[in-house]
Amino acid sequence: MATLELENLVKTFDKATILHGVNLKVEDGEFVVFVGPSGCGKSTLLRSISGLDSPSSGEIRIDGQRVNDVSAAHRGCAMVFQSYALYPHMSVYDNMAFGLENMRMDAALIRSKVTAAANLLRLDALLERKPTQLSGGQRQRVAIGRAIVREPKLFLFDEPLSNLDAELRVSMRAEIRDLHTRLKATMIYVTHDQVEAMTMADKIVVLRAGKIEQVGTPLDLYNRPVNTFVAGFIGSPRMNFISASLVSGQAAGVHSLGMRPEHAQLAGPVAGGDITLVVTQVEQLGSSSLLHGMVAGDTPFELVLAGQTDIRLGDNVGIHLPPAQLHRFDQGGLRLPN
Amino acid sequence: MANPVQFLTRTRSAYRMGWTDYFSYAYLVVGLFTMFAPVVWLVMSSLKTESALAQFPPTFLPYSQKSVSVPGYDQPLPLYLTRITGDDGKTSERPMAQVMRLGIMATMVDPAKPAEKPVQVNINERKPVNELEFATSNYTEIFGKFSFGTYLFNSVFITVIATLLTLLINSMAAFALSKYQFKGQKWVFGLIIATLMIPPTIILVPVFLVINTVGLLNSLWGVILPAIATPTGVFLLRQYMLTIPDELIEAARMDHASEWRIYWKIILPLSAPALAVLAIFSVMWRWNDFLLPLIVLSKSEYFTLQLALNSFQGELNTQWHYLLAMTVITLIPITLVFAFLQKYITTGIASAGVK
Repeated sequence: MATLELENLVKTFDKATILHGVNLKVEDGEFVVFVGPSGCGKSTLLRSISGLDSPSSGEIRIDGQRVNDVSAAHRGCAMVFQSYALYPHMSVYDNMAFGLENMRMDAALIRSKVTAAANLLRLDALLERKPTQLSGGQRQRVAIGRAIVREPKLFLFDEPLSNLDAELRVSMRAEIRDLHTRLKATMIYVTHDQVEAMTMADKIVVLRAGKIEQVGTPLDLYNRPVNTFVAGFIGSPRMNFISASLVSGQAAGVHSLGMRPEHAQLAGPVAGGDITLVVTQVEQLGSSSLLHGMVAGDTPFELVLAGQTDIRLGDNVGIHLPPAQLHRFDQGGLRLPN
Repeated sequence: MANPVQFLTRTRSAYRMGWTDYFSYAYLVVGLFTMFAPVVWLVMSSLKTESALAQFPPTFLPYSQKSVSVPGYDQPLPLYLTRITGDDGKTSERPMAQVMRLGIMATMVDPAKPAEKPVQVNINERKPVNELEFATSNYTEIFGKFSFGTYLFNSVFITVIATLLTLLINSMAAFALSKYQFKGQKWVFGLIIATLMIPPTIILVPVFLVINTVGLLNSLWGVILPAIATPTGVFLLRQYMLTIPDELIEAARMDHASEWRIYWKIILPLSAPALAVLAIFSVMWRWNDFLLPLIVLSKSEYFTLQLALNSFQGELNTQWHYLLAMTVITLIPITLVFAFLQKYITTGIASAGVK
């Protein structure tokens, strides 16, 4: 249970600046996801919060207390690492108990806490095993269990699901969400996968090159991205961008237009509508179809159609762009009001 | 590997011997012979009696001359197969015991008929009767003589304590050099490695002076302490520890583990293969060490086995049969350590080299 504030956080390694003055406020009990392309500084930001790295300047406050000079152990954070970082020579039980033993907690109390966490994560039957004898998902749960037993103020997850296969990732996603609901703890989760961010977060922080691009709820980011980067990053398949000159009736200053593939509509089987798409690829998913093509010669454009389609490669189709769903951006890529 | 015969007769091609096979096996046989023959010779010789050792030409197996007790003589007499020309001019061969010998003539008596008058025989007319006899008394007797137990204790004490301390000191240095970032880290590491270039004999006199000054002459600690920090050990362990993921240490740090606990509970158990390698090396170094004990330990009650072996070789008289037996006993611990831990040497060195 804690709030977290970051004020003007800067981190430089040698000569490279990784974080350029990050300001952020995380409310008590929130599930915040840091998302961004690789190298954007999201992991560095997380490590600065955890205390494993110290920021070059700026302030970190947990529950209003400045913790810049507090060691990682005493900040009250628990971290789940991408590689799980389970101690390979210890059993599952010892892995979870290690932190509590270091705090010189009473053995009986340790046992009850570890057992409770194991119950919560369905690890009871595995307590005597070594990490190498566990599957990826089980290891992940042990890593989470190790974080839970310490009852931290702040949970930090560093791309915890990236080593799991797609199916397991979906179920672990739900489990972590479920855990958040039950523990009501403040959690910070780092990922490069925007689907993970959208499905899990109360609040998403989009980072690019060491700067925060936008902070908001998943739907905020989806409906009102502040710039072309966020617009392109959030949503799958990604948003189409076309030059404003292709669509008539745009206000002065509008440089490019964004349209999500699922919002664009088919105007008719032949040319017509706002723009014409030359289909270069058709993906039939059964429940929906994805058209890839080009507009105005060389601008790629994607379109999601409900159900199945008989449109083929090389067809020219007219596309209607509903004005309410159109995102307008200026020369610098910033969002313009509708 | 399951079937040793199959394993030892493997060939490159599954069906026939290629020239590489001939070459490899020839090379291996030569290697086996040159390395193993002296050891086998040593073991066989250690089982020979004092007189059999002095025999020329030497035999491979421990033969010794048979002797018999003949009534009327106090000592057992050595037995010879003797050619005797009888009164009828016929020659016959039969075993005779030698009573005494003067020049080239020996006085022999037939052990079957001790009452008969001894005969004079030319020593060229007879051959000693040999029998295979393992002189295990060489081994049993040294335990009673020369305070062998003391030497053994000294050697074991030095080897065990020095190895434990070597593992501790070197792994702590390796931990710091592999897992902490500090200014001059590379420089310190380079300095440690650079000491490999200085031969131990060069620093022998300074080491002696230091040991003398701190009053460790004629103390087992004077042999243990100077040798516990080794650049080889630091290098070996550091290279291995570099392969331990930093995230484990970070996780432990977040788990409230002190730096000592990280070292003791995380790093040490995970470095076990490299520690095993260093332990084997250290045992071999300490056990076989001769020069340092030689200058530090001058009183015989502090002698290690190696020093005792050396002192056996007297100025006038060397008791070879005891010396050889003791040499074999000295070899045994090293052989055992190597036999049981050698699998770690290959795995440990291999993984220490590749990051």
